[in-house]
Amino acid sequence: MKTDNNRAWFLILPVLLCVAFSAILPLMTVVNYSVQDILSPTQKVFVGVEWFRMVMQDGDLHSALLRQLLFSGSVLAIQIPLGILIALCMPADGWKASLSLVLIALPLLIPWNVVGTIWQIFGRGDIGLMGYSLNQLGVDYNYNGNSLDAWLTVMVMDIWHWTPLVVLLCYAGLRAIPDAYYQAARIDGASRLAVFRYIQLPKLRNVLMIAVLLRFMDSFMIYTEPFVLTGGGPGNATTFLSQYLTQKAVGQFDLGPASAFSLIYFLIILLFCFALYTWMQRVGTGDQK
Amino acid sequence: MARIELIDLAHAYKPDPSTPSDYALRPMSMTWRDGGAYALLGPSGCGKTTLLNIISGLVKPSHGKVLFDGKDVTQLPTEARNIAQVFQFPVIYDTMTVHDNLAFPLRNRGWKDAEVKKRVQQVAQMLELTGDLKMRASGLSVDAKQKISLGRGLVRPDVAAVLFDEPLTVIDPHLKWLLRRKLKEIHHELKLSLIYVTHDQVEALTFADEVVVMTQGEVVQTGSAQALFETPAHTFVGYFIGNPGMNLFDCTLDDGRAIVAGQALALNDAARAALTGASGKITLGIRPEFVECVDGASAASDTVQATVLAVRNMGTHYLAEFRLGSQTVAARLRSIDKVATTAPGQGVRLRFPPERTLYYVNDKRVA
Repeated sequence: MKTDNNRAWFLILPVLLCVAFSAILPLMTVVNYSVQDILSPTQKVFVGVEWFRMVMQDGDLHSALLRQLLFSGSVLAIQIPLGILIALCMPADGWKASLSLVLIALPLLIPWNVVGTIWQIFGRGDIGLMGYSLNQLGVDYNYNGNSLDAWLTVMVMDIWHWTPLVVLLCYAGLRAIPDAYYQAARIDGASRLAVFRYIQLPKLRNVLMIAVLLRFMDSFMIYTEPFVLTGGGPGNATTFLSQYLTQKAVGQFDLGPASAFSLIYFLIILLFCFALYTWMQRVGTGDQK
Repeated sequence: MARIELIDLAHAYKPDPSTPSDYALRPMSMTWRDGGAYALLGPSGCGKTTLLNIISGLVKPSHGKVLFDGKDVTQLPTEARNIAQVFQFPVIYDTMTVHDNLAFPLRNRGWKDAEVKKRVQQVAQMLELTGDLKMRASGLSVDAKQKISLGRGLVRPDVAAVLFDEPLTVIDPHLKWLLRRKLKEIHHELKLSLIYVTHDQVEALTFADEVVVMTQGEVVQTGSAQALFETPAHTFVGYFIGNPGMNLFDCTLDDGRAIVAGQALALNDAARAALTGASGKITLGIRPEFVECVDGASAASDTVQATVLAVRNMGTHYLAEFRLGSQTVAARLRSIDKVATTAPGQGVRLRFPPERTLYYVNDKRVA
């Protein structure tokens, strides 16, 4: 008996419509801009891949991309281990657990531009607690003048702002491990390190995957905080990709190259997320495919 | 391997227990023979797992001592006790191969590679895991995972005892049977002391040489399958073991006879001696297997009048229910001729053979 037909496909039509209006159609306007030179609503020229070619050869973009990769890489390399470590040290239950959760989560509740402002003031040499203290200690710290200082301040700010997210995810993951695992490890005579390596870390795989993907995407698209803190400077030291994009699109009104670059930006993020996801799915499972 | 002694052991989760119900485990003293196979049997929440965790050191008892071969280990942590425990649900190290899972307890104790390999091979063979040794443990079925857990429990040859906490819960029924037999074989082969927690009486009775029955934090009887069946020391044992469980009736004494539902039953000498002067709740117990259905005309002193409620043909026997006063009496009857023809509502006489009728005062057997 064969009852196959393709009418079931109609069931996904509502989803398709939703996605079309929320994602695909807006994206198509970007595609539209990226292949035309629009001088005025009535005057447009099809330019093919010209904008793409131009953007790919832009030296400023190359350095911004490099800076961005370095930033996301270092932020992940610090926030993930630090988040795990803090989650491991947090009390498991009682009022101490609630208190530490609230304290840890506080930075997440602060709007991004406020975070930028907080650190801008915090780091000032004349009135900022950190900047003033560092200067008094003899460290020549000035995030407005020194590229390294600016870079480090943005990093520390991001770590302060976003490590709590990793902590919360890991904390939830750790609490979900049944007691029997820890008991079995004690019976088996496992060391503290072995418990982490063979029980906690593997069981955190899924939450860590979410943490890594979220932190990668967010850090790769970071805009508000460095914009408020350093405005991309000194020079171009803290100009990341989205800031470069904004300069192009809003500052210079180069919508064509900006759109072309938006698409490339989107593809880079997609590619990295896919690579990270695939790697984290397989690492440590012996699946070599 | 070691002899395990529990001395005045008790455990309460809240401080300063005053009434018996404050205890998760009521005071007990007990000795577990070296190399014995024991089962801890009781309903959920009766304290079996607490007792097991106290022996393994995962829980510190609030009162009393635990001795391994005469050495006090009460304050020692699990790692220092040299004990193995298998849990209800499979606990495996996901990222390791089956081989590494089995080798883990040995490697943690500094065994040499060659010896580890040999021992793992041996255990894998016993549990029929040899083919899977190179596989990742995470990809296996739940049965195989639990076998790995069992294997990790059995892999150390020098443990004081291997403790099992309902290890076959997740296993398919047909495999359950095989694994239980396997465990028995391993017990004979390795001469390990095994303590097996379960709420399944069949599992307990087939696995263990000696069964410890617990209820409400209290050990009510320790004995062989036969002893538990024929002479339950506590009404709970009578009711919990057997299918259906023991018939239990409230009874009073009158002039050397027991009065059950208004009818008199003669007592034998031992029962009369034990019950004379007894104070408290007296209960009469008889297994359904020992109840006889006799000719209605005879009114012997060991029979009572009852009414048939239902008779079911169970294939190998008849399971009959009778009404006696306000209670029902279950009986497994083999001589079908009499019962088969009795219709519900009809009166019959039931015989309680005196040698099979047991008497309890405050739930504890006296005769």
